Amino acid sequence: MKQKGQIRRRYIFTKNLDSSLTDIYNGFKFFVQFFKELFRKPFYFRETVNQTFEIGIRSLGLITITGFIVGFVFVKQSRPSLESFGATSWLPSLMGIATVRALGPLVTALITAGKVGSGIGAELGSMKVTEQIDAMEVSAINPFKYLVVTRVVAATVSICLLALYCDFVELLGSYMNINSVEGISIQTFLRNAFSSIYFLDIFTNVIKAATYGFTIGMVGCYKGFNATQGTRGVGMAANKAVVFSIFLIFMEEFIIVQIVNWIRYL
Amino acid sequence: MGSFVSDPEKEKLETVISIEGLYKSFDDLQVLSGIDLILHRQENLTVLGRSGSGKSVLLKIITGLLKPDKGDVYVFGKRVDKISLTELNSLRLRIGFSFQSGALYDSMNVYQNLAFPLTMNYKNIDRKEVKRSIEEVLDAVALSEKIYQMPADLSGGQRKRIGIARALITKPEIMLYDEPTAGLDPITSVEIIDLINEVQHKYNTSSIIITHDLTCAKNTGNRIAMLGDGKFLQVGKFDVVFSSNDERIKGFYNYNFIQ
Repeated sequence: MKQKGQIRRRYIFTKNLDSSLTDIYNGFKFFVQFFKELFRKPFYFRETVNQTFEIGIRSLGLITITGFIVGFVFVKQSRPSLESFGATSWLPSLMGIATVRALGPLVTALITAGKVGSGIGAELGSMKVTEQIDAMEVSAINPFKYLVVTRVVAATVSICLLALYCDFVELLGSYMNINSVEGISIQTFLRNAFSSIYFLDIFTNVIKAATYGFTIGMVGCYKGFNATQGTRGVGMAANKAVVFSIFLIFMEEFIIVQIVNWIRYL
Repeated sequence: MGSFVSDPEKEKLETVISIEGLYKSFDDLQVLSGIDLILHRQENLTVLGRSGSGKSVLLKIITGLLKPDKGDVYVFGKRVDKISLTELNSLRLRIGFSFQSGALYDSMNVYQNLAFPLTMNYKNIDRKEVKRSIEEVLDAVALSEKIYQMPADLSGGQRKRIGIARALITKPEIMLYDEPTAGLDPITSVEIIDLINEVQHKYNTSSIIITHDLTCAKNTGNRIAMLGDGKFLQVGKFDVVFSSNDERIKGFYNYNFIQ
């Protein structure tokens, strides 16, 4: 009996390992196919622009509210620590560094992973299980090019722009709090906030946002494009798109920060 | 086992689809095991079989959506699993595929669904020409008034009709129907059957109709091919196929009519 249980556990472990490795291999093939199709004609510019607007506008409201609250609350939570050694004048500078180096792209990525990633996963998953993708293919239209390439490019571009917008809204939120307590002017706030920001920080901000946008688009499309098991599969695709995107975003954050810090102290 | 060509005169006709020794499996499940098939120009061939017998897989292999494990599939003399994607796509424009659920694009209205294959494949096509083609196919499926409706607002039968209209928009020479009457009430089923026959006469198409509905098979197929255990059990005219002593065919016939 005990031996049977061991064999069963070993079987389940081997099966899960096999399916995980297959998934990684298929994901890699999907990634390679994206770059092959990206530079191959035809280019669906109009669809890419439509998707960019769609993703951008769909997330704008949420980014505005979340970014503002993050900026406002971050200042509120940081003030007591700085107050204890009389350094509240450092708040704008602290916010500038925190926003541009980490918070802006990360908050944008987490919000859009939930909003856009799940949306792409569910949309493509639903198209897959209702044979709309097959219908596209038999109409001599390349569904990978039309659905995946356009969405991944759109997600990359729009999340870059959203991250810059999120930086602005976060700084606005933090200014509102600082202004209401310390009463400093907008000019002083901006001068102090940007005093510790360098070109490398802005550049990293954009690179991070682009990487997260690409990841969200790719994972959403991959999970949606490979959805199975009917409507249950659509839900699973949307769910996995969010979970896996967020996991990858944190991994990428960790790696990018290490690389940038290494460059910073060269 | 019946011959694949029931009428010797048909042999003189042009072959549009030819399949030899087709095998297809998914993991351990053998779905098709040695299919041979010939479809002649302007002929309607109905493939009958139980759910899960591999009927839809056959259509997907013909259109290059799935690759066969073994065997040769020729469409207009070209082997679909060996040609380049560009060649396959130009072949696909000569084939219309009507999906079981209609497979209409949810995010587009009827007009956009019908315009999509044209505008994507013929970059310089005139907007007036697109509109004219859409009006023509909508007229053929008798749904002209639904031109700006969304798929979600259409009934099951209307979705299938629009699916057929979308398949016809590129003026295909071959039509493939996957379960055209599945899930429809008897009256709508008869309307779809009439539409399939009208399409054949009006557009001079050759068709493969996949179904498990004997009424549909009897009224649309010039020939019937009975699929079971991954092979064609019998191929020929309806009466010839169902006069067979094969228990699987008899069972299928009795079950259908008892229902």
